[in-house]
Amino acid sequence: MNKQSVIVKNLSKSYNNKVALNNISFEVKKGELFGFIGPDGAGKTTLFRILATLLIPDEGSAIVESFDVIRDYKSIRKIVGYMPGRFSLYQDLSVEENLKFFATIFGTTIKENYELIKDIYVQIEPFKNRIAGKLSGGMKQKLALSCALIHRPKVLFLDEPTTGVDAVSRKEFWEMLKKLNEKGISIIVSTPYMDEARSCNRVALINNGEILSIDTPENIIMQNDQDILAVKTNDLYKLILDLRSYEKTDTAFLFGEYVHLCPIKPFKDLVLLEEYLQSKQHHDIIIKKIKPGIEDCFMKLMKRSI
Amino acid sequence: MLIIIGMPIVQVLIFGFAITNEIKDVQIAIIDNSKDEVSREITQKLLSSEYFLLNSNLSDYNEIEESFRGGKIKEVIIFENDFAFKLQRDKSAQVQIIADASDPNMANIVVNYTASILKDYQRSYMAGKYIPVTIVPEIKMLYNEELKSVFMFLPRAITILLMLISAMMTSISIAREKELGTMEVLLVSPLKPMQIILGKVFPYIILGFINAVTILLLGYYVFGMPVQGNMILLLLEVLLFIIMALSLGILISTIAKTQQTAMIISLLGLMLPTILLSGFIFPLENMPIILQLIANLMPPKWFIIIIKAIMLKGIGIAFIWKETLILLGMTVIFIGLSVRNFKVRLE
Repeated sequence: MNKQSVIVKNLSKSYNNKVALNNISFEVKKGELFGFIGPDGAGKTTLFRILATLLIPDEGSAIVESFDVIRDYKSIRKIVGYMPGRFSLYQDLSVEENLKFFATIFGTTIKENYELIKDIYVQIEPFKNRIAGKLSGGMKQKLALSCALIHRPKVLFLDEPTTGVDAVSRKEFWEMLKKLNEKGISIIVSTPYMDEARSCNRVALINNGEILSIDTPENIIMQNDQDILAVKTNDLYKLILDLRSYEKTDTAFLFGEYVHLCPIKPFKDLVLLEEYLQSKQHHDIIIKKIKPGIEDCFMKLMKRSI
Repeated sequence: MLIIIGMPIVQVLIFGFAITNEIKDVQIAIIDNSKDEVSREITQKLLSSEYFLLNSNLSDYNEIEESFRGGKIKEVIIFENDFAFKLQRDKSAQVQIIADASDPNMANIVVNYTASILKDYQRSYMAGKYIPVTIVPEIKMLYNEELKSVFMFLPRAITILLMLISAMMTSISIAREKELGTMEVLLVSPLKPMQIILGKVFPYIILGFINAVTILLLGYYVFGMPVQGNMILLLLEVLLFIIMALSLGILISTIAKTQQTAMIISLLGLMLPTILLSGFIFPLENMPIILQLIANLMPPKWFIIIIKAIMLKGIGIAFIWKETLILLGMTVIFIGLSVRNFKVRLE
């Protein structure tokens, strides 16, 4: 019991008959960095709000640090740090004022827990007199994280902390999360970016309110160990359509300039595919075997769940 | 949506029914020093006009002041001694009309109606006689002799402004927290709902109070508006009204999710009825009973009565405890409802 930071059992929630979460269960160990990966509208925000005691689930139970989210919501509110998906600090207060304010409402001071937020706060300290509304996206998230950390929470809930943040800041942000994680804080984070999944201890792939798979990022990829093909021709749009109507195709999705093709059975010979594409008037055909990424696994799992 | 579609209907109805300068059933008191045939006939004529209702017959001049303070009586009519005799002998007799001019519009209308009824009687009295007689009305406006409209305007300006600042600003500022998402973070903190609300409200108590005092000072130094009554009592009543308006604002914010809804509800749902139904522009006494009953639910109505009484008539708490109690009760109800409606979660 005490090894678990968060225990969720058979949780369901709908809004006016529209299902947001459908009977999901998972556990997060103490000191774990747990990621929820899924597209917009998958139910991530609803889940985070339930965990942060802001919503009451229709069915099922959720326990955070051995407190029930419905019955003991007051106790939970003292020990969790919650960062909503939307920037939710006072835009008209300065960086420092925001931090002071949140320290005060949690009955602590910046000094007391400065060591915890130091790594993050030093990056925004040069701008501490700037008002929060005028910070860049990455800065805002760093400030929000500092505010969520100021009372030294046991669990951090971060709802899409890197959405709308540039690539460099995203990378920095994840490094900070890892550092915090090493200090023993359990972190549950959601993101629509699948490349970020690799930084988590474990990830849950979530779509349409259901968890498709929970495992370490490595295992998720291993489970789908069959090779997939990256295909490129002169006409990408037509290529997707043609590949999808190809009898040996399981899934075909566009990733950048290549179409990732997941075959039903591994191809023995790529010539057949090339001939098929030539018969559909494609030129400049390039076909490569690649190792699947987490995106490919997600797409595949998603396709199966439909 | 309901408000946008419903408000025009309500307003047209209110305007249509309420905006009339006619008077009906105005309560008056009469001092009849002669008690003769003519004075009795005039009294009859006044009371049968549908405009006036006899509240009481007074015998002593000292009672006039007191009956005005009660607030119900708008006019006192005094017939001089030997009214019929003087009219016969001197061809002229005096009627003194004293009106409560703390509401100048009302006082004007009432006095004009009375005077024209007197004229009417005079004409019928002369019919068939050769020598003209005159009934001389001697008009006195009590509490506001010059009928300065600023005396009228100022208490109402305070009321409207306090309502605006307190109710609207609070509701908007709390709705703003919800809209910007800061409420979400505040909720996931050890703060109690009461602390959040008090924190939001406190600045507006001070702001509203400063505003009220500013208006009072302006009224005194620029327009020469006196404060006849107890200053401390006045300020306490102002404070009570501010708190009432704030609790109303909180109540609105528990319903409204965005700043815009909060503003529309405050503006259309509060301000306009406040202006229309508090006796601000149109005398309440002339409205249909239903509207008068609705007006009783409007807090500003009671506050205007209170501050006019204190500022213009110099009345103490003994005469306005009832209105004060009503405001206090409303405050308690609004706070109770807000606490009940305040959500410790989203949705």
